Amino acid sequence: MWRSSLAALAMSLAAATVGADESTIQLAQAEGVERVQAACAICHSLDYIVMNSPFQDRAGWEKTVTKMVKVMGAPIAPEDAAMIVDYLEKHYGKAAATAAAR
Amino acid sequence: MDRRRFLLNASGSVAGGLLLPRIGLASTADGLPAGTIAQSALDALPGKRPLIRRTFRPPNFETPVELFGQAYTPNDAFYVRWHSAVPEVPLADWRLRVAGPGVQRPREFSHDELRRKFRTTEVAAVNQCSGNRRGLFSPHVPGVQWGYGAMGNAVWSGVRLKDVLEDAGLAAGALEVVADGADAPTLTGPDFVKSLPMWKALDPDTLIAFAMNGEPLPTWNGAPARIVAPGWTATYWIKAVTELTVSDKPFDGFWMKTAYRVPKGLFGASGFESQDTEQNSPITAIKVNSLIVSPASGATLPLGRRAEVMGIAWDGGSGIRKVEVSLDGGASWRQARFGRDLGRYAWRHWHFDFKPKAAGSQSIMVRALARDGSTQAEQLIHNPAGYHHNVVQRADYHVA
Repeated sequence: MWRSSLAALAMSLAAATVGADESTIQLAQAEGVERVQAACAICHSLDYIVMNSPFQDRAGWEKTVTKMVKVMGAPIAPEDAAMIVDYLEKHYGKAAATAAAR
Repeated sequence: MDRRRFLLNASGSVAGGLLLPRIGLASTADGLPAGTIAQSALDALPGKRPLIRRTFRPPNFETPVELFGQAYTPNDAFYVRWHSAVPEVPLADWRLRVAGPGVQRPREFSHDELRRKFRTTEVAAVNQCSGNRRGLFSPHVPGVQWGYGAMGNAVWSGVRLKDVLEDAGLAAGALEVVADGADAPTLTGPDFVKSLPMWKALDPDTLIAFAMNGEPLPTWNGAPARIVAPGWTATYWIKAVTELTVSDKPFDGFWMKTAYRVPKGLFGASGFESQDTEQNSPITAIKVNSLIVSPASGATLPLGRRAEVMGIAWDGGSGIRKVEVSLDGGASWRQARFGRDLGRYAWRHWHFDFKPKAAGSQSIMVRALARDGSTQAEQLIHNPAGYHHNVVQRADYHVA
């Protein structure tokens, strides 16, 4: 890591935002979406969720959310994590794909 | 105007991004998850031409396959892959530090000092993301859902990592060279740090590169300097590198110990024994592979007229011995002609001409044989992280 990390962070934020606009990403507007946006968008754009759908089951999304909390340090309380997994399973899980196909 | 035409016309000047229709760039979309297809778009980062955007932040953009027709992938078309925010380090402020228990004389170099002190050399090499083609895995596995374009071929120039390490003096017990870049995680997650075994670090083709294709590295591709580890997947090609630590024990950071791993023995020996465990090994050398560049999958081939098929083949540095094409679903194979030899770490272009004799559907398959005797997989070798997808490609066309 570069020692002048504050300067690096300022520069990197500039570099990361001058391109296309991630605010165009539209997640399913449903219960839990605000919590998902607040928790996940700290570190990454929300297209990561859409990109990784709809092939994950509940266990798959649970594993992802657990990794984000335990490894990446996402500040998500356990009750919020459960709600986030509910949302991801419902709108971006295997079950959502099956329901849409019917 | 249909959507496909609109896409082609607009692709030179997209600002906010444009959704790819499912049939658009079919060769990159076949087999990807539905969510990936729905939200991917051609989009231009500053200084880059429109590439296929997989994610905005951190930026992950892949190169459209049609751009692989050139010997070297232009810098503004080269794919972009970051784990965290992209650091922008002014050249004047940049320093490379060399230290650790495996070093006798810790060193710190500015860009000018490195360039003055050590001979500049170059190597042509494929840079391929470990997860290239992950999106084509069946069943799908989580991660960046890359199609075929998380790779490129370039001439990399810089100083030899070996020369810099020897200047610092290697101590007895030097085991791995740990490379860290200027990027940092947003929160408390693990910093992206990777290590190389001494034999790979001391390979004369392993560089600290400042330029690609004769121009300074773009910020998106690791300016001011990055590690170039020819033949190994791009996870080791640390971008914006600032620290080299020669360690006397296996480096146990998350991105070595836990991530970028393949089940032990599934893909042969890793060549990185100090990082092997009972269960798994680090992903290391690129597996032999090939790809049809043109015509694009799904294209119409004129009946009775010569069709010119071309593509690329590459491996982890043994070089390509032979490329074969099948027009009958794999029943028989005919040898393709080679293009120019750009070096054993570079890709090799190949060409194959034939006259479609019957209207209707026509498949084209391609497979490469490496000089070390390795061949491509006929069936996907599934693994949890989605690495080493080198299944023999089959593309389908219409003859009319």
